[in-house]
Amino acid sequence: MLSPEDVQKVATLARLKLSTEELQQVSRQLDGILDYVAVLNEVDVSNVEPMAHVADVANAFREDEVRASLPREESLSNAPKTDGKYFLVPQILETA
Amino acid sequence: MEFTPIIGLEVHVQLLTKSKLFCGCANFFNPDNPNVQTCPVCLGLPGSLPVMNREALRLSQKTAMALNLNLAHFTKWDRKQYYYPDLPKAYQISQFDLPFSYDGWVEVVLPSTGEVTRVRLIRAHLEEDAGKNIHDESGRGADSKVDLNRTGTPLLEIVTEPDIRSSEQARVFLEELRLLLRYIEVSDCNMQEGSLRCDANVNLHVQENGEAIPTPIVEVKNLNSFRGVEAAVEYEIKRQSKAWQTDHKRLGEVPKETRGWDAERGLTFAQRGKEDAADYRYFPDPDLVPVITTDEQFDEIRATLCVLPATRRTRYVKELGLSVYDAGVIVDQGREFADYFDEVSTVCGDGKQTANWLTQDVQRELNERKIQIGEFAIPAAVLGSVLQRIVNGDITIKSGRDVFTELLTRTDDGKNVSVESVDSIIANKGLGKEQDTGKIDAAIQTVIDNERNAKAVEDVRSGKHQAVGPLIGQVMRDLKGADPGSVRQMIIDKLMS
Amino acid sequence: MDITGSTTGQLLKAMQSGSVSAVDVTQAYLDEISADGETIGAFLTVNSEGALAVATEVDRKRSRGEPLGRLAGLPVAVKDNICTKGLATTCASRMLENFVPPYDAHVTTQLLNADAVIIGKANLDEFAMGSSTENSALKVTRNPWDTDCTPGGSSGGSAAAVAARLAPLGVGSDTGGSIRQPASFCGVVGLKPTYGRVSRYGLIAFASSLDQIGSFATDVTGAALLLETLAGHDNRDSTSVDRPVPNYSATLEQPLTGLRVGVVSEFFGEGIDADVDTSVKAAIDVYRSLGAEVSEVSLPHTKYAVATYYLIACSEASSNLARYDGVHYGHRAEQFENMIDMYAASRAEGFGAEVKRRIMLGVFALSEGYSDQYYLKSLKVRRLIRNDFDLVFENVDVLAGPTCPTPAFRIGELVDDPLKMYLSDICTISANLAGIPGVSIPAGFSSDGLPIGMQLLAAPFEEETLLRAARMYERETDWHRKRPSLG
Ligand SMILES: [Mg+2]
Ligand SMILES: [Zn+2]
Repeated sequence: MLSPEDVQKVATLARLKLSTEELQQVSRQLDGILDYVAVLNEVDVSNVEPMAHVADVANAFREDEVRASLPREESLSNAPKTDGKYFLVPQILETA
Repeated sequence: MEFTPIIGLEVHVQLLTKSKLFCGCANFFNPDNPNVQTCPVCLGLPGSLPVMNREALRLSQKTAMALNLNLAHFTKWDRKQYYYPDLPKAYQISQFDLPFSYDGWVEVVLPSTGEVTRVRLIRAHLEEDAGKNIHDESGRGADSKVDLNRTGTPLLEIVTEPDIRSSEQARVFLEELRLLLRYIEVSDCNMQEGSLRCDANVNLHVQENGEAIPTPIVEVKNLNSFRGVEAAVEYEIKRQSKAWQTDHKRLGEVPKETRGWDAERGLTFAQRGKEDAADYRYFPDPDLVPVITTDEQFDEIRATLCVLPATRRTRYVKELGLSVYDAGVIVDQGREFADYFDEVSTVCGDGKQTANWLTQDVQRELNERKIQIGEFAIPAAVLGSVLQRIVNGDITIKSGRDVFTELLTRTDDGKNVSVESVDSIIANKGLGKEQDTGKIDAAIQTVIDNERNAKAVEDVRSGKHQAVGPLIGQVMRDLKGADPGSVRQMIIDKLMS
Repeated sequence: MDITGSTTGQLLKAMQSGSVSAVDVTQAYLDEISADGETIGAFLTVNSEGALAVATEVDRKRSRGEPLGRLAGLPVAVKDNICTKGLATTCASRMLENFVPPYDAHVTTQLLNADAVIIGKANLDEFAMGSSTENSALKVTRNPWDTDCTPGGSSGGSAAAVAARLAPLGVGSDTGGSIRQPASFCGVVGLKPTYGRVSRYGLIAFASSLDQIGSFATDVTGAALLLETLAGHDNRDSTSVDRPVPNYSATLEQPLTGLRVGVVSEFFGEGIDADVDTSVKAAIDVYRSLGAEVSEVSLPHTKYAVATYYLIACSEASSNLARYDGVHYGHRAEQFENMIDMYAASRAEGFGAEVKRRIMLGVFALSEGYSDQYYLKSLKVRRLIRNDFDLVFENVDVLAGPTCPTPAFRIGELVDDPLKMYLSDICTISANLAGIPGVSIPAGFSSDGLPIGMQLLAAPFEEETLLRAARMYERETDWHRKRPSLG
């Protein structure tokens, strides 16, 4: 069982602001899903290599060639806040 | 209180590729024109995918070879996840458990003691750089600005073992690393532009009752000058030793602290962590495939390596008889200077003579003209030919200087100079040494016969050989060029017979 | 001519002969879309102007005798998680409601190069997470066979559009069955190619190692034709495989002699609807009657597929969706305390419940102390699942079974039970984990008149065999000719 603190920690890592009710609901649902995935405990995977890629591909390279970048207006075109040159974000505090 | 500082460095080096690590945007420093070197990939736009730059890997592997690192035949990409506005995908493509290289070392010499020390390297891995956040420093809390021009620049992270024992050693290590990276032409290591950046992990092993007690490790972030590294490490050593005396905190008793370096005030300060709970949740990047390199490919890369600085220093001292100091001066000027030195000394066959000329005459010209050796107008083969004549005794050092000056005059007039130019200057100015013993003998006779020299002639005859000096000078003047040793011998022979 | 009642083959022929123009065809479908109103609600964006402009250009090229692409003048419904330059691409999410990509996905370029007409952007479950299209934050899409039912998902909009004849072709994406399941629910053909067959460049990622773009059509011929256009190597996708693309539509009519069909016993397990069981078994009998060698086979790790899938898919999704933080694009909250709070508030407002749930599961599965137990373990089981397939494909050419255990379920029926919803993907998920191609083809109707799909699976890059086997069956039946009676 996940504690409310566990779930809150996951929400923090996920950068999701959840209300108390949402936390409780997600917590219940996660418990249910984790119960279900516990079925994997039955499987003996000793000597099994993890499979991160299903495609049998290696060494996909591009040559070191410069390609046209986007015009700045297009790079910024979907920005929630911009001064026309930069993306703008609320002040980042770096020092305590 | 007795303690040993324990220092490890993490160095980030931007690689000199034309394009970024995973997209075709140009890779160059362009802070005045923000967000113009960006595309769907490095903006992290939905749906975009990374494809790896072959050259970035090649340069990385070349670096690893120069740093005595072991190279992995199989390597892969992982995502390191954290949120920051300069990281548009909210993960950095990096390498976690299977970096492309591991276990290496760099040898550095401490200037203060001359001691040769070896700093071991844990690994070097390749990753993408983040962009740049520009903070409002007015204190009015205005928005921060984000420039993604730098996002996705190929970055080599080099991690040392905690083998460094002093701030001096930290600085020298970094200087040697930069020299080496510049020799092999993988990075310009421009610290002002951030293409070489360094984090230092510092703690102390305090000796108490015959026991070495480790103090908590502090990471000082983003040191961007050699002086900064040395000063920040020195500051931390002092600060931590004071802290130990007051709080007696051991390693593990407090969480690892991250501090910043204030270069103006000359102190480190506590920094707030990027992630309240740092958990990077590394996992293999499913958008990228593994990289497999064969031994043949490694050999091809190895063939592109030049002779490294440390090897050159040793060779100059052991094979060419240079002083440790001169060898250091030449090597530290950079690869082009050392290559020039090598060519000149090979042509003339005398390393010491070459070292003298390069560290004095040539260096003076470079300084006066504010140019680099690459822009110097006298080709190495031509200077080598001048020095070769001196070494062979064909011309005097003084005549050599005259030739050198004349060569510079010609190049200043926009002319190319060659070995033939050297021949013609010597012939035109009559700078060649007189080889005809009949002529030399006649000149000696004229000097001896000169009334004004009667006293000197008598002195020599009576065995005061030091009196021969002025006579040699006059003969030499008359002949324009001659070998002073043989003139001296001929005068003495003549007077003593 | 009954334009919207025609197959892709008939439409191409009619346009080539000049009996209808591309503009006629596009206009006919646009009329159907506006007549539908929101009854089916397949589209999030209808690209009327853009579509007519391309159609006009196709007619102009044809009149001048200029060469035309394979899909010249054919309207296509494109799932709204595929980037279209200058045309909103929302992933059916509040997060990207106003996102207009400055670039085209690889498949978008392929469609445009083939002179296809992108008629609109089709609805989906938000970020392709779901099996019913109910998770769309922007619109409800209904099943053309029964508007109280879901069209399936996540490519529900594309499937419903083709089924309701709002477009002759549809492009979807399939991460755990998101093409095949809605094809089955809507009574159309839905094809998921081998992983790596179609470039993912410009497909907004859900789970990168599972996502694959594929095709919808009313018949196998249309699906094959569309795949030919979409498939092929693209050096902007490192996982795209550099192999020639066979001319699928050219070989389609060649029957397969001695075809070996494996019937996966695990796909007929508990929970299978009786009508589905009967229909699919009858469909397999058709293969027997055509001389195929039918045998029962086992994929012993099928039982673990759903758990494995949800761990891998959610882990990757938690990372892929981390970029939606309100900084460079997408929704930004108006109220927040500081920057970290801005991230968390923007994401909380921008994502729907299912997306948040999956992100939470993924973050947890990758987090320190749990990743070995969950994420790493799932990668290992994934290999065992792939090994099962490699083994059976030594002895059979295709696998056959139901696409889904049930016909379309009712809107709202499973929304509050995510686990049960996940389990409805039991038959389709393994193909994504193994990276193999699969197709769902119409194979009958339930007693309630809802379509039933048969799924065929083949070994990696055996799309040609897969499509020929599908066409063999289709030629013997006329399920694919049935049309929903709307309104
Ligand atoms: Mg790093
Ligand atoms: Zn870029």
